[in-house]
Amino acid sequence: MPPAAALQIVPNTPEPEGKRRQVRFRGRSFMALVLTPEPPTDDWLAELDALAARSPGFFGDRPVVLDVSAIKASPRTLAALLGQLESRGVRLIGVEGCDPKFLDGPNARLAMPVGGRAAGELSAPEPGSVATGSLVVEQPVRSGQTISFNGDVTICGSVASGAEVIASGSIHVYGALRGRAIAGSAGNSKARIFCRKLDAELLAIDGVYMTTERLDAKLKGKAVKAWLDGENLRVDALD
Amino acid sequence: MAEVLVVTSGKGGVGKTTSTAALGAALAQTGQSVVVIDFDVGLRNLDLVMGAERRVVYDLINVVQGDANLNQALIKDKRVDSLSLLPASQTRDKDALTAEGVERVINELKGRFDWIICDSPAGIERGAYFAMRHADLAVIVTNPEVSSVRDSDRIIGLLDSKTEKAERGETIEKLLLLTRYDPVRAERGDMLKVDDVLEILSIPLLGIIPESPEVLKASNLGSPVTLANPVSAPSRAYLDAARRLRGETIEMTVPSEKKRLFGSLFGRRAA
Repeated sequence: MPPAAALQIVPNTPEPEGKRRQVRFRGRSFMALVLTPEPPTDDWLAELDALAARSPGFFGDRPVVLDVSAIKASPRTLAALLGQLESRGVRLIGVEGCDPKFLDGPNARLAMPVGGRAAGELSAPEPGSVATGSLVVEQPVRSGQTISFNGDVTICGSVASGAEVIASGSIHVYGALRGRAIAGSAGNSKARIFCRKLDAELLAIDGVYMTTERLDAKLKGKAVKAWLDGENLRVDALD
Repeated sequence: MAEVLVVTSGKGGVGKTTSTAALGAALAQTGQSVVVIDFDVGLRNLDLVMGAERRVVYDLINVVQGDANLNQALIKDKRVDSLSLLPASQTRDKDALTAEGVERVINELKGRFDWIICDSPAGIERGAYFAMRHADLAVIVTNPEVSSVRDSDRIIGLLDSKTEKAERGETIEKLLLLTRYDPVRAERGDMLKVDDVLEILSIPLLGIIPESPEVLKASNLGSPVTLANPVSAPSRAYLDAARRLRGETIEMTVPSEKKRLFGSLFGRRAA
C-alpha cells in the first residue's frame, strides 16, 4: 500500500476579531480493506481464521468494509456474520452490498452508500510466511511485485524499478534498491532503511517520504542508510 | 521429451516474433522437430515472418475450441521439413482462448515435436498468460534500453508465480536474449551495456543479437533470418543461441558483419 493520501485544508491566518468564525472542513482519504464473504459462510470464516493464524495482526487496526453482495444475506444471517467478525477483532467501518434496512440496532451505523474507488487486490500473506518479526527474501524482488510484512524485511538480492517493499519495521537490501522502500508502515519512526546500492524511486519511513529527485545526487549508487530525524527523512552514506 | 519454450518480453516491438521464427528455424536446421505457435490472437504476425500467410486455413482458436484438429491447422514449412507453424486467428481476440483448450493443444503437440515454441503477445494480459502457462523454459527478449529491461523484469516475476511449473513449486528456467544490440553505441553510453542488463535482471544469457538491417529484410521476405541469410551476423547469433538451448557450450560473442571496402563505397547507392 502506498502511504495513505491525505488532503488537509487548515487555516493559517488568524481570524480578524468580531468576525463570525467559519466552520472548516477537512478532506482525508483512508485505505480500507474490503472483505467479500463467499457462500458457504462457515467455510469462508474458517479460511479467514487460517489467514489470521498465519499472520497475526494482518487485520490489526486496519479499517475493514464488508461487501456482502455475494452471499445474499438475510437480516438474521447478516447479524450473525457481523457478530462472528466482531468476535475475531475485525474492525468494521461499513457494510455494503445489502439493503440498508437489514442493518438495525447498533449495526445501523454501518450502512454505507455505494462508492469508493477500487485500489487493487491486496495480497494475503502466503502460507508458511508466519510473522516472526523478520522476513528474509532470497530471490530478487521483480518489477510489479510487492513484499509486505509486519516486521523487519531483509532482501538478499535487488529490488527492481517498479517493485515495492513495505515493512512495519526496518528494511535491509543487500543488492541494489531501485524500487520503493516503505519502512515503519504501521507507524514506527524508529524504523530505518539500509541498502548497498541506492537507486530508489521512493523512500518512506513512518509516512514521511522522499522521491529520489530530491535526493543528493552524490548518494546515487552508494551504500546508504535512511532514518527519520523528527519530521525529516535523512539519507547518508554508510562509508 | 518435448520442451515447451515461451518467447516473451512484456514490452512490444523488441523482437519476440522475429526471435521465435529465427530460433524455431535454427533448431529445426539442427534436425529437431519444432512447432512455433502464435499466441497473439487478433494481431497475428508470426505467419508473415514465416512466409505462410497465404496458407492459413485453420488456426489456434479453431483447435482450442474443437472446430478443427491439429493436422488441419499445422502448416509445414516449405524450406525446412521439421518446422511447423500453428497460426493465431486474426479475426478473434484473446477471450477466445480457454485454459482447457490451450492445455489440450500443448499436450497433444508434446507427443509430436521436440520443441514447442510459444510466441507471446506483448503485455501481461490473457494472451501472454496462456503463452507462458505451460512453459518449461522461457526466453526473455530484451532490448538494451531501460523500459524494455523493466518490462522484462516484470515478466520474470510473473513467470515465477503464474506458470504451471511455479505453481507446483518448481522454478522455471529463464534465459536472456538481448536483441538489437549495437556494441559501438553501448560503448558510447547511448544504450545499456550487456553487463548492465545482466546485473538488473540477474538471469543467464542465451545470446546477444546485433542490430542489423538483415533482420528487417528477412521479415519483409517472409523468412526467418536464419534461413534467409544464414551467414549474416544476426543469423550466426541466433544459430549459436539455438545450440546453447540444446545444451552445447559456446563462447559468447557479438557477431559482426565483415566490413568491405566496396560495400561502404557503393552500399548506399540503392537506398
